[in-house]
This record gives sequence, C-alpha cells and structure tokens, in this order.
Amino acid sequence: MADVATLRKASARQSAPSRVTTGRFGQKVRRNLSAYGFLVGAVLCFTFFSWYPIVREVILSFQKAVYGGGYTWAGWVNYDRIIHDPTFWLAWRNTLEFSLLALVIGYAVPFCVAILLNELRHARGYLRVLVYLPVMLPPASALLLFALFYNPQYGLFDDILHTLHLPTSQWVFQPGTGFISIAMISVVIASTWMNMGGATLIYLAALQNIPGELYEAAELDGAGLFKRIRHITIPQTRLILIMLLMLQVVATMQMFVESFVLTNGGGGVGDNTESVVMLMYQYAFQLSGSSNYNAASALGVMLMLVLAVFSGGFLWATRERRA
Amino acid sequence: MSRQLHWRSGSRVLAAVSAVAVLGLGAAACSSSNASSSGGNVTVSINCAPTQAQNPIQHKQWVQDVATFEKANPNITIKSVYNYPCTNLPVFTAQLRAGTEPNIFYIDFTDLPQVLTAGQAADITSYVNSQTVPTLKDIVPSAMRAVTAGKTIYGLPTNTYTQGLVYNRKLFSEAGLNPNDPPTTWAQVETDAKAIAKLGNGIEGWGDYSAGNNGGWHFASYMDALGGSTLNANAVPPVADFDNSNGLAILEALHTLRFTDNAMSKTQGLAWGALQAQFGAGKLGMYIAAPDDIYNVIVPTDKGNINDIGMGPLPSLTGKPAGSLGGGNAYIFAKYDTPAQIKAGIKFIDFEDLTPGQGVTFNYARQKADGLPVGFDEPSLFDGSAGAQVQALRDKYATINTSYYKAYVDANEVSDGEPFDAQAVYKTLDPMMLAVLTEPNINIPALLKTSATNVNTLLQFSS
Repeated sequence: MADVATLRKASARQSAPSRVTTGRFGQKVRRNLSAYGFLVGAVLCFTFFSWYPIVREVILSFQKAVYGGGYTWAGWVNYDRIIHDPTFWLAWRNTLEFSLLALVIGYAVPFCVAILLNELRHARGYLRVLVYLPVMLPPASALLLFALFYNPQYGLFDDILHTLHLPTSQWVFQPGTGFISIAMISVVIASTWMNMGGATLIYLAALQNIPGELYEAAELDGAGLFKRIRHITIPQTRLILIMLLMLQVVATMQMFVESFVLTNGGGGVGDNTESVVMLMYQYAFQLSGSSNYNAASALGVMLMLVLAVFSGGFLWATRERRA
Repeated sequence: MSRQLHWRSGSRVLAAVSAVAVLGLGAAACSSSNASSSGGNVTVSINCAPTQAQNPIQHKQWVQDVATFEKANPNITIKSVYNYPCTNLPVFTAQLRAGTEPNIFYIDFTDLPQVLTAGQAADITSYVNSQTVPTLKDIVPSAMRAVTAGKTIYGLPTNTYTQGLVYNRKLFSEAGLNPNDPPTTWAQVETDAKAIAKLGNGIEGWGDYSAGNNGGWHFASYMDALGGSTLNANAVPPVADFDNSNGLAILEALHTLRFTDNAMSKTQGLAWGALQAQFGAGKLGMYIAAPDDIYNVIVPTDKGNINDIGMGPLPSLTGKPAGSLGGGNAYIFAKYDTPAQIKAGIKFIDFEDLTPGQGVTFNYARQKADGLPVGFDEPSLFDGSAGAQVQALRDKYATINTSYYKAYVDANEVSDGEPFDAQAVYKTLDPMMLAVLTEPNINIPALLKTSATNVNTLLQFSS
C-alpha cells in the first residue's frame, strides 16, 4: 500500500512538477501560518515601537523646529549645540563612572550572592525570595525609599553613622566631582540593591546547571572553594557571565531613573550624578522655551552609536573561536 | 488526531491574528481623541481643574461652577482635566509636540514662545472683544502681553503675581522677634532666621529651592529685588548679568544662612511644594513666594494656620526692594479648536476666571463661606472698574488680618517680568543654588563665573 502511494507521488512529481512545487509551498505556508501570524505581530511591534522611533530620532537630530510648527533641515546644528553644552562631557564622564562602579559593585555582588545561595543547604527558598523582593518594587518607590535613607537630616544611614560617632554625609548631595564620588557611589548602591535580584536568579539558574560530579571530582582532587569557583563555576557559567556583562554595560550606560529620583531631577551638586540620558531628558522636556527634541535626539543618536560599537566590539571579542 | 492538530493549528492562527489585532487596537488607542463639537452641542476640554485629593475645597467649587455654567449654556459641555500642580513641564512639552493638549490649556507666562514654536495655539483675536469678555479693557496690559504675539491673541490671562517674603508670625513670637516687623534686608533675614532655627525641634529659619527650575527662579527674584537683573536683555543674544556684586551678595547670604548660621535645613535639592509643606507644618520661619502660595497651597493643601502667616517685602540690601520677579498664568486655546469650541471656551473662562464675584478666584463670598482665606492683594489682574470691583469684594469678605500683609503691600514692588527663555535659564541656575546650599567651602565668585558662562552658552544656542 505504501509502495503504491510512493509510486503515485513519484509519478505526480514527474508529470506535474510545478503543481507539486506549488502544493508543497502551499503546504509549507499552511503549516507555518500561525508562525507567520505571530511573526507579523512581532514585526509590526518592532516596526512601530523600535525601528520607526530609531529612524525618526536620526531624522530629528538633523532638523530644527520651525516657528509655527513642523521641522526643517538643520545640518549638524543640534550636534554642535549638544557638544558645546557645558554638561555634555561631564554627563559622559558621570555615565562611565556609574557603569564602572556598577560593574565593580553591581556585577560582582549578584554573582557572589548567587554562589552563596547555591552553597547554602537551608532556607534557600526563603533567602531567594528575600534577594528577589526589591525587584518587585517599582523603581521609583525603591529609589524614594533610598532617598529617605540618604536624607542628611532624618535618614537612616546618617543616623547609623551618628550613632557610631562617625562623620555623616550628604550622600547623593555630597559635593565632589572626583572620578569616584560619594554621590555616585550612593547612586550605585541604591541601583544595585534595586536590580541585583534578577541577575542573582539568572546566575543561580546557571550554577544549578553545573553537573555536581565536577565539584565532587574537584573536591576529591583537594580543590578548595576558590579553586572550585575559578576552575569550575566561572568556566561553566562563562556564556551567562558574558551575556549579563554586556547587558549590564548597555543598561548602566542608559542610567536615568536612579539619579533623577534621588536628586529630585537635578543631577546632584555640580551635576556630579547627571547622566547622558538625564541630559537628553532635560533637553527634551525641562527647558520649556528651549525644550528641544532635536538636540535631545542628537544626543540619543550619539549614545546609540556608542552602545552599538561597544556591543559589536564586545560580541566580536568574546565570540567562540573555532580552529 | 489530525482534526485535533488542525484545531490546534487553527487556534494558533486565531491567536496570532488576535495578537496582531490587539496591537492594531493598541496603536489606535494611542491616537488622541480630543473633545469636539457635533450638531449644536460643543464639548470643551480644559486642564488645571483642581483635584479632589490636593484641593478639595477648590475642587468642590469648580464642580459647582461647571454645573452652573452648563445649566446656563445647555449646548456646552465642559470636560475637566484634573491635575496638580498645574505646571508639569515634561507632560506639557510632550503634549505640545504630540498635539494632544486639551482644547484650553494652562501655561505659565514664560511658556508662550514654546507653544508658538510648536504651532499649537489658535488665533482667537477675532473672538475676544468687550462683548465676549466684558472686563477685557481692565485686564492689566502686562497680563495681556503674556498671551499676545504681535497683534495676535492666543489666550486669556487668569492670574498674576509678584513675590514677597512669607513668614510664620507664631515662630517669630516664639523666637522673641516682633511679628509685625518682618526683615527687609539680607542682614536682618540672617539675624531672624538664626533666632528661629534656635527653637530646634526641626524648625528651620529660612528655606529655599535648588531643583525643578525653582532655584534659578528664586535667584532671579532676589536679583530683581537688589535692582539688578538676571540677564542683560539689551544684548543680542541676551547675556548673563548676575556675575557681579549683587549676585555675590545673594549667594553669600544664602551660604551664610546655611553653613554659618545653621538656619537652613541639611536637606537640600528641594523643588516646588516642599517649602509650602514645611511651612504649613509650622517648621519653617521664612521663604519667598507670591501670596497665592498661601491661599492656594499652604492653607487648603498643607493645612497651615492662616492666623500664623504674614508677608513682607523681598529681602534687599537697602531695605526697600527695587523690584520683584512677576509672572502669572493663562489659558491658551489649542490650534485644533473649532470656532464653536473657541467661543464656548472664552465664555467659560470669562465666567470662571475673569468676572469679579464669580469663579474659583473671584467668588470671595463663597471662599469665605468655605473657610478659605480672603483679602490678599493679589492677583492684580484688573485695573479700572473691574479692579475696583474686585478690591471692594475683597474688602467686604476679608477673613485675613490685612495688617499682617501691610509690609508687603506697602513695599509696592515693581513687577519685572521673567527673563528671556526663563525656564532654561532657571534650569541652568539650579546647580548654582544647590552648590551654595550644599558645599561648605564653595568658591562663590568662581561659581558665579561658571554659572554665567553656562547661561551664556545656553542663550547662544537658544531658539
């Protein structure tokens, strides 16, 4: 029976090849119809909410508003204006400072916490919930909580320092424009507390995928905790570590809400926590008469290019090298 | 089996189509749907309606007024957009760019250039006359100028202000100071603020802003009081004019109040709303504001005691302020408004904001009955007969002790108007105020120089 069917198919293939092709194509289309349906949704979503805004942003960055509405071409005027803004380079420096500190504090801490949680035998679930809890708070609420802790008049942190007879601080409003400023460290601490739960859980999932035999073998070979981490944990979680590193740098370079909420939208003393995205926001929304979507777009394009180059370079540098 | 697979496949297709449809609907929902007119009926949306949460009394009054107006004009529906505070720059700017502002929208006097640049204002010149706005000839010229470009009228003013010193008389008494003798110079401010701060219990002598563009706004007012100006408006483009002895005197006084006298809070980076709340709670001795802070915010929202409040002139070096930063608010008509909506909108603003004895601002009989303070010298929106009418109503229904405000009224400060591209200048000056109030060892002359350079750079590129 099967042979007859095969012969019929073969004969049909010989006699009407185009019909067969169409039939197969139709079959393929029918089989994947739902996938195409979902794809259309995704493509529309990206088109309207990602690609179109990007294209529009690039166009806006080369335009200027015309009195009475609309825009006209303006060449490099917006880029010129942005570059001559006194806070332009400071904002870039602050953003890099935040990213660097977030790497030192915000990248390492969740990894260490994940290793700790993975090693624990008791209360693991409870501690996981505890670590993840801040992620469930809306960012503005979490940061307002920290703004209260940082308050130099009635804040928790200064109370503790005062009780310990240590000098108090103005935290996010601490003057100082050195590369590693107390104000920026305060912002990073709040940001790390707020975000570490997500990264910790991802690390934890990766750690739990490492076969236990590897650790047992290492232990039999006399490897201590640090050797196990160095020779087993880190190599086994390399892909996750690399991916999170890139995502973290891209996310921290777009720092906005942390400094905005903690400094009441001001950017700190001497703009020492003003970030590139904050400057963008100020150009777009806060200057009233001078509010300028075009200059904000120019800054956005610059940031996008920097992040694109970084991401491309990072992926190239960390690609799997095959012989 | 195959039927089941087919059904599953069908359901997936349906789900995919639904997903796309939902996206489409979502996108459609994003588009604005502004109030409009149909047949003989017209609907007009208007923002800055007082909210129930923050302004319960004014909210009740507004709802009453809308009902009365709609009853008298059955073909007009007022769609109130409740928001507090009325000024929210990010929302305002985004609405202007997207063209989604209400039919009639609130602006500060400084905002008209931005509205016109965005092309979002309707020309209402031909609709504004003594028939539609009977008090038109009495509206003070400076207020009408704020809604006019060339000879074209884009809106109607609703409020004006000049700033003065708001002080807590009760704290003055407790600190052993004479509550009938508010300070008039910066030196007296320091003496009095220091005495008040010594009361302890979280009480501060002096308060100031340094965020939300409010720090720069206050600095500009201080400059006006000293006889100077934040910008030299005669230059093209205008240039900073505060890197001088006046600017230095102001910043030094603030720095001394904060770090030498310990008369200011350690908490800085404050924006509008924070000082009113502190003052309403009886924890702040003095700060500068317009009288509407008292009757619109401190008493109704922050529950301050009207009997504890007094006003004096802005602090100066001589004791007599040379001027004060003056400003105000207005309603602008959106570009997309139909003629019917413009006519209806003018009718409502005339009813609610521009008729003595009516509306949230000028219905003093109702304000008195509702327990709101009455008798302040502002807003000075009218001259002439309307001005006299308003003053007569204020005197008739006054609930405040006007002697508490005599020093402020007697100073008769000249309103200087706001600087060119005011919000941008204020934004640039916020960091200067913040630095003075947070850095104990700040080099004030260097700070002034840097801030002047920053303002000049901004103005060079300003549209």
